[in-house]
This record gives sequence, C-alpha cells and structure tokens, in this order.
Amino acid sequence: MPQSAVTQRREDAAHALDSRDASFWWDLIARILVFTGGFSVILFITSIFIFIAMQGMGFAVNPSNWEQFLTSAAWRPSYEEAPQYGALYLILGTASITLCAMALAVPLSIGSAIYISEFAQGRSKEWLKVIIELLAAIPSVVWGMIGMLVFAPIITWLFDIEFGLTLLNAGIVLGLMAAPIMTTLAEDALKAVPESYREAAEALGATRWQVVWRVVMPHARPGLSGAVLLGVGRAVGETMAVLMVAGGSIRLPTSPLEPVSALTATIASEMPETAKGDEHYQALFTLGILLFMITFVINFLADRIIRGRRSKR
Amino acid sequence: MSDFSSFDGGQGAKGQGSDSGAVEQMVATSPFQRTAHEKRSLDKQRLAKAAFHLMALLLVVPVLGILGVLVYKGAPGLSWEFFTTEPYDGMRKGGIMPALVGTVYLTLVALVISLPLGVAAAIYLSEYASDNWLTRTINVAIVNLAGVPSIVHALFGLGAFVHFMKFGTSILAASCTLAVMTMPVVIVATRESLQAVPRAFREASWSLGATRWQTIRHVVLPNSGSGILTGIILEVSRTVGETAPIMFTGAAYYTMMPQSIFDETMALSLHLYSVCKEVTDPPEHLPFAVALTLILVVLTLNSLSIWFRMRLRGKKKW
Repeated sequence: MPQSAVTQRREDAAHALDSRDASFWWDLIARILVFTGGFSVILFITSIFIFIAMQGMGFAVNPSNWEQFLTSAAWRPSYEEAPQYGALYLILGTASITLCAMALAVPLSIGSAIYISEFAQGRSKEWLKVIIELLAAIPSVVWGMIGMLVFAPIITWLFDIEFGLTLLNAGIVLGLMAAPIMTTLAEDALKAVPESYREAAEALGATRWQVVWRVVMPHARPGLSGAVLLGVGRAVGETMAVLMVAGGSIRLPTSPLEPVSALTATIASEMPETAKGDEHYQALFTLGILLFMITFVINFLADRIIRGRRSKR
Repeated sequence: MSDFSSFDGGQGAKGQGSDSGAVEQMVATSPFQRTAHEKRSLDKQRLAKAAFHLMALLLVVPVLGILGVLVYKGAPGLSWEFFTTEPYDGMRKGGIMPALVGTVYLTLVALVISLPLGVAAAIYLSEYASDNWLTRTINVAIVNLAGVPSIVHALFGLGAFVHFMKFGTSILAASCTLAVMTMPVVIVATRESLQAVPRAFREASWSLGATRWQTIRHVVLPNSGSGILTGIILEVSRTVGETAPIMFTGAAYYTMMPQSIFDETMALSLHLYSVCKEVTDPPEHLPFAVALTLILVVLTLNSLSIWFRMRLRGKKKW
C-alpha cells in the first residue's frame, strides 16, 4: 500500500477541515480589496508627481528654461514678444514670507509648548490645548480674510502706509497658521522626554526652569527641530492666505512693509488666465513641480530628524 | 525641594567669617532659609514661567480677539434669509444658499470616494500588513500625501481629473481632488482606532475558527466604530474649509445650482474668497458673515469630534 491507513485518515481529516467554503472566498475578496486600498495611497502620491510633471513637460524638459527659471527675476508671461519665466523673485518671496512667519511663530510655539508641558496645571492646561486645537482648524480662506480686513487696516494705521497687504501681513498670518501644528508637535517632543530625567535633575537641586532649559530641551532637540521644519513646510505650501494678503506684486522684498508674491499664490492667481497646454500653463505646472519637490524634501528631512538620524551614517 | 540641597548653615560660599559674624549669622538664619543663590534661581524660574505663559497667551489671545471681531461684525448679517436665498446684485445682496448646498454636495461626493479607500487602506495597514518595505512605503506615502501643498493638489486635480479623465470642471473632479487630499486624515484616524482594539479580542475570535475577514467584520470594526466616526468628522471639517483644490477643478464664483455631478457649483469657502477679492464694494458685514458661517461649521464639526473622542475614552469596556 502506498500509505498507511492512519496517514490516509489524517489526510482526510485535514482535507475536511480545509474546506474552501464561502467564508474562505469572502476572506480572499476582502484581502484583495483591502490591499488595493492600501496600495492606492502609493498610487496617489506618485501619480500626483507624474501628472504635474506631464502637464508641465514641454516647459520643464527644456534645460535652458530651467536656467532662466531659477536665476532670472523677470516673470512676465504676458510679454508678447518674448515671455519670460524667471521665478527667482517668487522663490525669494516665498522664502521671505516663511522667514517672517517663522520669526514670529517659532518662539511663540516653542514657548507655549514649554508652558503647556512643563508649567501649566490642570484646567488651564486643558483649555489651552483645546484652544490651540481649534486654532488649527480655522480654514486658510478665513485667515486670508482676517489678514485683509482686520490686520491690513491696523498695519496701515500703525506704520502710516497706503496698502496693508504686505510681507509683514503675510508673515503674521502664516505665523499664526503654522503655530498650532508646531506647538502640538513640540509638546509631543517635550512629553517624550522620560520623567526620570526630570526627577534626577530635581533631585540634584535644580529649579523647574533649570530642569527645562538644561535637561529637557536638549533631549527634545530632534523633536523640536522636526516640529519647526514641519511648520516651515506648512508655511511654504500655504496658498489662499498668501494669495489674499501678501499683495501679489512680484518684486524683490526689501522691506516688510511692501507687497510680495509667492510661488503658491502666483500659481493660483495666474492659472485661470492660461489655456490648457500653452507655455504659460506649462510654466505654472513647473512651478508646481518645484513646490512639490521643496515640500517633499522638507517633510523628508523632518521625518529623518525626528527619528534621530538613524540612516545618516 | 531644592532648599535641602544647600544645607550649609546659611553661610553660603563665603566660608567662615570672623567669629562674631559667624555666630550672628548662625543665630539669624536657619538651614531652611533660602540662600542668595537659591533666591536668584527661583527668581529666574518665575521669570521664565511668566515669559512662557506670556508666549502662550500671545498665541491664544489674538485668536480669541479675531473670533470676537468675526462675531461682532458678522452676526448682524446672519439671518434665515441669508441661509436660504440666492445672492444677487453682484453678490452684494441676498444670501449664500447655493454656496452652502454646493459645499454639501462636494463634501458628500468626496466622502463617498475617500471613505472606502481610506478605511480599506487602514484595515490593510492595521490587520494584514507585515513590516516589510511595502508597508513602510505606504506609510511614507501617507505622510507625504498629507504634506503636499493644497495648490499642488489643485494642479493634480486639474491635470488628472479635469483633463486626463475628461471630467471637465465639475463636482466630480473637485470631489476627487478633495478626496485625495483628505484621505490621509481618514486613514490615520481609522488605523489608530483599529489598533486600539486589544489583540485579545482578535485572538479569541481566531481561536473560535473565524477567518481574518470575519474577525474584522464582526469584532474589530464594530469596536472601533466611534474612532472611525471621529476620523470622518475631522475629514469633513477639513474638506469644508478647502478652497484652492476646488478653485480650478469644479467650483465657480457664480453659477447656477448644479443639476448633476458633471456641473460646476458654488462653494462656501470659494464664496468667501470671491466676496473678499472679486465683489466690488460689498456691504461691510458680508465677508464677516460668510466667514462666520464657515467658521461655525468647522468649529462645530471639530468640537463634535473632540466630544466623540472624550465619550470614547469613557465608554470603553476594556
């Protein structure tokens, strides 16, 4: 006999249990569907890049365009004879607004995070956290409106200038927009410092302030840097508020009281004026590629820093 | 308490002074009284605490002030007519009903598209995926998708849905764009609530012979329902406030009520933008009233999700 009876019966029993009944097939279907969902996320992020690259292809593939793009200050797409697409002032505009916003937001956010995490107690702590969370929920159009209708008059009155839609206005608005995220992330970073460190420092006689300054903050430095970087990423990518508030004038920012323009706002304001496929349209999509790469790098760096430079060998 | 660390008889770093001075000092001070050094440290701490408190207030107070201004200047504009009539006279008069309806349509369609995909992705990540490069890539993709600027999403929507898939500028294209944009929110919230279900529940189900899917469907999902709901509410609140992604993909400043999913529509967020930038000489309360409506919707949704989260924490039976 090829097999013993015992083995045969064991095989029959195993076969009976391994029945391909309805529940098996449902499980398989579910597995496939769910995997599709998970894979679709990768699909989306790559197709974002692909589609933008596709639409900007004509412009972006030409290397001479890139040289002009990054170094020329003349952005005159409607110049009839020779339209120029120098994005330098736009890049500088984005950079200066972000700088102004960070100058405002970084001290306030990290200071608030330190206060919430180390000094505040009980109810006031809860309230503070709730208000900051609600702050984060305010949509960007509303911020734009506030900048236009509330901050602008204050700025014109305070500095005695004509127009309130300036670099400073955009900086304040962006700072207030990025602050909640930075505060929440910074607070997480501070909370991640082990309690034993604080206790050890206090046992050696340090005051709360000394504990925070000399023990907690150095240990939380990667997390805090990551928080700041993500705030920068938010500020760089913000569109509506900057569109409504920064003034929209493409020039070199020489003072905070002058209007500037940013990458995001330029794309948003000029896109309705283009026709699908023409050079201006492609140039705007190329700006989009640039923006995508900048925020991608920022997010990547932030992630690396927060994880403690594990791969920076 | 830090007082005990400098138990030196109250003489500080000076060491022994002259005899009579030492006796006076020992009589006048006690070992528990603060030294000059300690006083300085504590003053520094009080200063630091006050400074950080000030920073937190500087963040919070302007916001409350802004909200106050919004309510003060916008509330006069809110009325039943405001919510139920159409705008006329270059949008200077009348209400915002088409914008409200348009936002509802956009949000619903975006939810229909993003919810199945997002929940499926979260179930995959939480229940099926093993820790390999594919899973790590998916996680990286989620984080990056969340970090893409809204204008880049708008460009993607324009290129992919309006032109490539030939939807034209329509509710469909705009909702697809919004769905891609807000998917990370749903995925992360769902995944967290799925992972909060204790492993023991699943093991009990498996030991009774249930397949993985049966376990998910009958044990895991029902127990994480409120977490998923929180994620949905958060997604909706984000969708309602977005303007850039719908600006060139389906929303228009002034158009008729949409009859189908292929029509353009007005939207609340875009309406606020157009009232601020495009409408000439609007009545003073109009932009504030529209902004107030938008903020009320967003804040209500967010408060709902916070309330849900707190209820969750209380209701858990494990």
